[in-house]
Amino acid sequence: MERLRFATVGSVDDGKSTLIGRLLYDSKSIFEDQLEHIEAVSKRRGDDYVDLSLLTDGLRAEREQGITIDVAYRYFATPKRSFIIADCPGHIQYTRNMITGASNVDLAIVLIDARTGVIEQTRRHSLLVSLLGVPHLVICVNKMDLVDYDQAVFDRIRAEFEEFASRLDLQDVTFLPISALAGDNCVTRSANMPWFEGSTLLHHLENVYTASDDNRIDTRFPVQFVIRPQRSEFPDYRGFAGRVAGGVLHAGDDVMVLPSGLTTKITGIDSPLGPVEKAEPGDAVTLLLADDLSITRGDMICRPNNRPRVSQELEAMLCWMDDASPMQQDKIYSIKHTTNTARAKITDVLYRLNISTLHRETGINELKMNEIGRVTLHTTAPIMFDDYHQNRSTGCFIIVDEATGQTAGAGMLLSPRT
Amino acid sequence: MKSSLSGLIDESVTIIREVAAEFERPVLLFSGGKDSVVMLHLAVRAFAPARIPFPVMHIDTGHNFDEVIEFRDRCVADMGVQLIVGSVQASIDSGRIADVTGPRASRNPLQTVTLLDSIAEHKFDAVFGGARRDEERARAKERVYSHRDSFGQWDPKNQRPELWGIYNGRHRQGEHFRIFPISNWTELDIWSFIAEYNIDLPSIYYAHRRPVFRRDNMWMAVTSFLQPEANETVVEEMVRFRTVGDATCTAAIESVASTVEDIIAETSVARVTERGATRADDRMSEAGMEDRKRTGYF
Repeated sequence: MERLRFATVGSVDDGKSTLIGRLLYDSKSIFEDQLEHIEAVSKRRGDDYVDLSLLTDGLRAEREQGITIDVAYRYFATPKRSFIIADCPGHIQYTRNMITGASNVDLAIVLIDARTGVIEQTRRHSLLVSLLGVPHLVICVNKMDLVDYDQAVFDRIRAEFEEFASRLDLQDVTFLPISALAGDNCVTRSANMPWFEGSTLLHHLENVYTASDDNRIDTRFPVQFVIRPQRSEFPDYRGFAGRVAGGVLHAGDDVMVLPSGLTTKITGIDSPLGPVEKAEPGDAVTLLLADDLSITRGDMICRPNNRPRVSQELEAMLCWMDDASPMQQDKIYSIKHTTNTARAKITDVLYRLNISTLHRETGINELKMNEIGRVTLHTTAPIMFDDYHQNRSTGCFIIVDEATGQTAGAGMLLSPRT
Repeated sequence: MKSSLSGLIDESVTIIREVAAEFERPVLLFSGGKDSVVMLHLAVRAFAPARIPFPVMHIDTGHNFDEVIEFRDRCVADMGVQLIVGSVQASIDSGRIADVTGPRASRNPLQTVTLLDSIAEHKFDAVFGGARRDEERARAKERVYSHRDSFGQWDPKNQRPELWGIYNGRHRQGEHFRIFPISNWTELDIWSFIAEYNIDLPSIYYAHRRPVFRRDNMWMAVTSFLQPEANETVVEEMVRFRTVGDATCTAAIESVASTVEDIIAETSVARVTERGATRADDRMSEAGMEDRKRTGYF
């Protein structure tokens, strides 16, 4: 069965938890002991209704404050697909946690309250979804029951959003008028909105076409681990294990190894379940090669006529995530990109992006926690990469503070501006 | 033909290889329970045809089901891996911890001390655990690479961001990481893997007749470590275990599911989570797991 990873972004006020509760409940994925537990807690706290956010807000601090602080993962399945929900916080002070949850999803759901329309938070969430290159976005205009299921309200919000979104890089946006509380257009079609001809949210999640989201053109295989059995039964086995980051590899393919530039041929592909004919994006495999080349972790296998960029001078959108110390220009950090680790300095902040207004603020030389800027970097070793929008796996990196070990920044590599 | 589980297997295998590449001394926690069995099989497949480049470790409360210990020893022998046993009894004998007494005593919480002592003794810097995020709400919040300070503590409010599948295992001397390669598997995924690849498990996962008694609305097995109180009547029931842990706090469920297929059918329609159905230890408080994890529990 296919698996879809999606993120829900927002706060309790948007009806996010109610929506997740609705999906889980209607797909029979809430268990009795979980429901009994949250019923008991809600009752003890004197709530008027069962607070479904208690299902996902699993930490003591979250339950105390009634907000989502960190990403929670939830799982449910229908006969058509399995789903992994990354339930992300919506508040601006938890932007880094939202990015954590949304970084590797196929689809993101952003909720808009029908009574308030597009607000600053909607713009911020949509910008982050766009920056992270999430392939599919669903805008749920929620609480339609509170605006009398009025088509004019939905149309106005849609137009408002589209006007704003024209400045973003969003590939596939779907608008749905729903009421998570009443259940309209979540799992079953709403009788209250006959004017809406689109599908329900669940139907959309089950059917959204994701097969073309991976980059199947540009062959990229970062070498993760060299397998050399010290066993007499396998005297000559030498395999290069890793996860396909792009393209489709076959036995017989001519390949090039970077940074050495040496070429050879794939003679066989082993998967965890046995030998296979081909390996596709996302597959964890071991490549067997014709020639005995010196290849180590951090090397990149590609095709001789289709290579990633190789450079020590990088340009990226960088989101700062360290609450203890802001990004400092010219400080030495550790950078992790695919299976490669090097050291890096941020040499310049070209601008800081105001994530609420999209304004580019210049004359800045540091980024504080949750701030995003376009920066240039210099690394101690060549990085083999693609533009993030061409390939998420070879276009992303993290910055680690060498003193504290904290994951201090997350970056998306871009082609230098001309 | 691709397995329905292939995306999950790829993710788990990638995590296991990444740890082997980046850490000095990893170890895989192996109790003989189904999640750790699946994790061990994934590790074998991650490095085949080479052997797993790290040992496995069992934290042994001394209060086990015999079938599980027999299975544990057979399994590691078959796979040719090295087994380290961290013994709670030894921690008690050496005075590191005091044994618990009374009819409701369970050594389950004592494991934390033995676990942390064993990690320190062997200087392990990465400890693979078979925890899944669908098990429990505190676990739903935990990263794949979960940092532990030099006291073995988890700080849930200050977890490192974890993006894209790039993992940050940087740590100071004396700190370690708990690694959860099967975070995104559900109970049903685990059983599907067991069915698809014909994985051997301890017999107590399948329905069998056993003397049990009712306690806190759960069926507890009579063992030399757990005896009924005066008002608790022992009966023989067809039961199986949905989880396997310390015998004093792991309950059985009524079931006639004697094959993997039966269990998958039963799990598909289950209305109670596996921990809710069978773990006395999780019922302690609203934040029972979070509190135990903070101090270094699995």
